[in-house]
Amino acid sequence: MTEPSAVPRTEKPKVAFYWCASCGGCEEAVVDLAEKILDVVAAVDIVFWPVALDFKRKDVEAMPDGSILASFVNGAIRTTEQEEMARLLRQKSQLLLAFGACAQLGGIPGLANLWERQSIFHAVYRESPSTHNPEGAVPERFHEENGHRLTLPGFFDTVRTLAQIVEVDYYVPGCPPTPKIILEAVGTLLSGKLPPKGAVLARDQALCEECPRKDTRPEKLTLKEFKRPHQVIIDEATCVLAQGVVCMGPATRAGCEALCVRGNMPCTGCFGPTSRVRDPGAKALSALASMIDSNEEKEIERVLNTLPDPVGTFYRYSLPSSLLRRKKIEEGLMADSNSGTSDDKAAQAGRGGRVASFPGAAVIAKS
Amino acid sequence: MPEATQKVSDAVQDKFQPKIVAFFCNWCTYIAADLAGTSRMKYAPNVRVIRVMCSGRVDPQFVLDAFAKGADGVFIGGCHPGDCHYQEGNYKTLRRVRLLKRLLKEMGIEEERFRLEWISASEADRVRTAVNDMVEKVGALGPLRLGTPEEVFAEEVTVS
Repeated sequence: MTEPSAVPRTEKPKVAFYWCASCGGCEEAVVDLAEKILDVVAAVDIVFWPVALDFKRKDVEAMPDGSILASFVNGAIRTTEQEEMARLLRQKSQLLLAFGACAQLGGIPGLANLWERQSIFHAVYRESPSTHNPEGAVPERFHEENGHRLTLPGFFDTVRTLAQIVEVDYYVPGCPPTPKIILEAVGTLLSGKLPPKGAVLARDQALCEECPRKDTRPEKLTLKEFKRPHQVIIDEATCVLAQGVVCMGPATRAGCEALCVRGNMPCTGCFGPTSRVRDPGAKALSALASMIDSNEEKEIERVLNTLPDPVGTFYRYSLPSSLLRRKKIEEGLMADSNSGTSDDKAAQAGRGGRVASFPGAAVIAKS
Repeated sequence: MPEATQKVSDAVQDKFQPKIVAFFCNWCTYIAADLAGTSRMKYAPNVRVIRVMCSGRVDPQFVLDAFAKGADGVFIGGCHPGDCHYQEGNYKTLRRVRLLKRLLKEMGIEEERFRLEWISASEADRVRTAVNDMVEKVGALGPLRLGTPEEVFAEEVTVS
């Protein structure tokens, strides 16, 4: 990689991709550009992309600060390693883009904010039916084996968005971002005509505006029951919400061209809110609740009983970026005493942690 | 009256004073609160009253924002069913509050911390009793301790 080459150094802008807490779908989305990815590769130099290219963290560390034009970081932040990489890429990049719903809003991993580390570890490593773990081992930050000290990244109680860790210049929405959105984002960056900092690189209007079923939406929507997609056969031509199926379209940003609705499924809100909404879940809740076709408390309760999971419905992609950000942690679950080392406990005591704090947080080596 | 006054003074002396954000409708509860004032009624001073043109104006975002910024309780006062100045704003409030209550429960916020009351312009005493009752209940629950989001977050990650 570092061999001297006869080819002169290119002056193409450098671009990096990185993933944090994500499913890999955003990486897949880049590949989904299909042959257009060749245009992207022709225009930029990809200097870091762990999922596809063999560059290491030390290669990034060796780069001068600000030498990368743009880093596309997908995934939420839930471990110390992800936090470190976010900070490193911020330092090395002129522009940092939160790529996809997890980096922008917290995404599906953000629903873990309904729990905290101790409960998650317990469920995953002890309780789940497919787990065979007779010793009840859970991941530790440090482990000694034959005189070797092994380390693992620390796991936070709370999942965060990228912007809650480092400054973010632009947001590319979607779960995952569509090829069209990605190409537009890359085009915008290369054009040199940059939008205002903090912009979400998609149209700033509600999804309903570009929905093919827009015209079938009644002027006044009313609901006598919330239906879930598996309970009904959704008519392919009519507004999904008008059929009683929860659709997040009215509270979600446009830009995906209503992909899910075109596939005859309701919108679940992955593009996040428009610029005029602070908390997309609260807004969707407000819109849907006021559609309930009753003024009687009992009847309202009956209708609400058909909506089993309000947080999962309204904050499916956005819990960490919401106003409350997470469920209140119960006393006693705040910090896990099982997996912290004595160093950790001392560090933690020094922080006087009233609220959830991860024991390892204080030992992050920060250069 | 002496009993209620006693409760209020107990609350004042108690070391935990819940902060309660109250959204009062311009046409009913706010006037009732005004009436309570001009009638020299005493009620717990823990509410911070915000006047809105209709309880239906209370966006669920306002409620969440209040909790996120340190309120221990949120109180919404609107017109009795059928009395809304704007025909049915209060019904919309009712539906939203019912759903928001469910959401708050899932987020670990106790039911007593979020209250909706129908209080007409003449029911000054209802303002007094409802506010006192809420202050007492939320006081017994203790502080919400969500912390401001910035505090919660700063404790876990390294701060650059």
